[in-house]
Amino acid sequence: MRPVFYVLTFLAVMGLGFWAYKQNYTTQQALRDVDALQSEIADLREALALQRAEWAYLNRPDRLRELATINFDRLGLLPMDPSQFGAARQVAYPAPVLPVIEGAIEVMGETEGGL
Amino acid sequence: MIRTPLRPLARILSARAKGENPDAIERENLRLRHEAMRDKARTRAELRLLLLGLAFFMAYGVIGARMGLLAASEPMEPRAAASGAQILSQRADIADRNGRILATNMLTHSLYAHPRDMVDPARVARELAAIFPDMDAAALERRFTDGRSFMWIRKVLSPEQMQKVHEIGDPGLLFGPREMRVYPNGDLAAHVLGGASFGAEGVHSAEVIGTAGIEKALDARLRDPAQAGEPLMLSIDMTIQAAVEEILGAGMQMMNAKGAAAILMDSRTGEILSLASLPDFDPNDRPNPLVKGDPGDSPLFNRAVQGVYELGSTFKIFATAQAMELGLVNADTMVDANAPMQWGKHRIKEFQNKNYGPLLSVTDVIVKSSNVGTARLALQIGGLRQQAFLKSLGFFDPTPLELVEAPGAKPLLPPKWPEIVTITTSYGHGMSASPMHLAAAYATIANGGIAVKPTLLKRDTPAEGVRVLSEPVARASVDMLRQVVTRGTASMAEVEGYAVAGKTGTADKPKRTGGYYKDKVINTFAAMFPADDPRYVLIVTLDEPVNTMGTEPRRTAGWTAVPVAAEIIRRSAPLLGLRPVIELGPPDGITAVRN
Repeated sequence: MRPVFYVLTFLAVMGLGFWAYKQNYTTQQALRDVDALQSEIADLREALALQRAEWAYLNRPDRLRELATINFDRLGLLPMDPSQFGAARQVAYPAPVLPVIEGAIEVMGETEGGL
Repeated sequence: MIRTPLRPLARILSARAKGENPDAIERENLRLRHEAMRDKARTRAELRLLLLGLAFFMAYGVIGARMGLLAASEPMEPRAAASGAQILSQRADIADRNGRILATNMLTHSLYAHPRDMVDPARVARELAAIFPDMDAAALERRFTDGRSFMWIRKVLSPEQMQKVHEIGDPGLLFGPREMRVYPNGDLAAHVLGGASFGAEGVHSAEVIGTAGIEKALDARLRDPAQAGEPLMLSIDMTIQAAVEEILGAGMQMMNAKGAAAILMDSRTGEILSLASLPDFDPNDRPNPLVKGDPGDSPLFNRAVQGVYELGSTFKIFATAQAMELGLVNADTMVDANAPMQWGKHRIKEFQNKNYGPLLSVTDVIVKSSNVGTARLALQIGGLRQQAFLKSLGFFDPTPLELVEAPGAKPLLPPKWPEIVTITTSYGHGMSASPMHLAAAYATIANGGIAVKPTLLKRDTPAEGVRVLSEPVARASVDMLRQVVTRGTASMAEVEGYAVAGKTGTADKPKRTGGYYKDKVINTFAAMFPADDPRYVLIVTLDEPVNTMGTEPRRTAGWTAVPVAAEIIRRSAPLLGLRPVIELGPPDGITAVRN
């Protein structure tokens, strides 16, 4: 009985050792992945901040004003005037496309008073 | 445990035989037993103390070792934990009320040198001078070779410059990361933003600190790591600010003024929607303050907040409003306006020595801008009550605006308040205040009589303030100001579609040596719109304007500040979402028929 116990113990120690070895390397790899991801996130954030600044720079009122002046005729703009003030619902939207009526049934109506 | 008996029989018997007292034996034994007990207790106590001492030693040892470790090791971000979102930027962005960026950060690099590691200092100096034209090759080489081990070369580099420096390829040139403040809109709202620069600088990072404006006033908020992720929302509206700056610039040029300021304010919340002061500057490249001459001539000077001027006739409405509030008069009461008015050795005259008298209604005092009529009202009110009223409107203290310049702009008050000061103050002479003070006071009239504190931060709810004027008085004052535009001195302020109410003010500039200039004036127009329910207050101030479009130079506000203000209202009112009230003529070609 005793030798079997010794062998089992030895095997268990070997197995646990191997498991610990593997875990150690998996953990290190995971930490490296996290590092890589975090530096990627940091780079992306930096790029995002830069693009936001760039966007704000390209949309600065001075530039937009110049662009509007340059393209005034091409875009068919008009000088700003209070009478142009409108609401969103005044804008004419294209009429919605109605589905074709199929299988129509002929009906006849009669109004009261015979009109 | 074996207990030794206190009275061992053998010794007792032998003691008795010898005729000794056997009690002595018992006492002796008791003493020995007590000594033994004492020794044992002492050993135990000593052991406990030792253990306790050991425990404390270990605990403090661990703390000390940890502290030593923390102090000696390089700081490192926790690797396994999820990273906080805002570690990247150290200073919060500044955005306008709609979230458009006014100030943000950008990562660049600084350039420094380790001259002792340099291979060829002479070549490095030459090439650096070629990249940066403002550097002198000889001076650089001298500094590279004088034995120092470290020197800064450039605080920030553009990517192109960095690449060129990289291409020099010398191991003595090193880059450090730098977070830099960027104002993408250039000189837009320059006086509000102020500017930023580097504080304590290290190789790996540098702190960015505000140098002026809101950047300095709210430096703690902007640098707070807990709030670094959320931008600071200002009350400024970028679109309106841009329009106001453009029109004000054009107006300043057209009216030959040397400076101009405009404030657009929401009278209910006290939010400043636009604050412009010209000439302005680029906060990305903030100029140095003037070392000589008048600091008021520097572009850094914020005329809207720091410029303390005599605001002239715009003050008259406060005298009439207070007189109505006190029940001394109503809008139609006739007051004595016979000019000139003699008061002691002073003569109070009207503009161009006119005489609007002998009697004028209170409304006409405002419409015709009668100095004498206002003076009579002020005398009825009295100096003490006048001071209390102006104080409640905020004219005696610096404005509580979130700019570092604001607390320094104290109104200039006469040291004493005799009756002649009561008279001159009623029409805006003798005491000086900034256009921001005037905006806050006009906002009180516009919103129905509640004192407001101007603010540059976005607010959602109306500000709570003290009621200074009753609502009917405020309403009547707005009606008077409306009539100034319809039939008074500000007729050019008629904007199609928007009813504007306002008051002009023209004040001669005081000389430094005392007295006043004859041909240098400060023109102010204080307006509110729409007049039937005033929501917005606009102040336009021009410094030394002269309108040369007519046959003779005109220097009154009605000819200079008013047209500029009208144009600002024409442009900004639609942006504020105000619908113009347009009276359309009868439509052509359609005849009304009955069926």
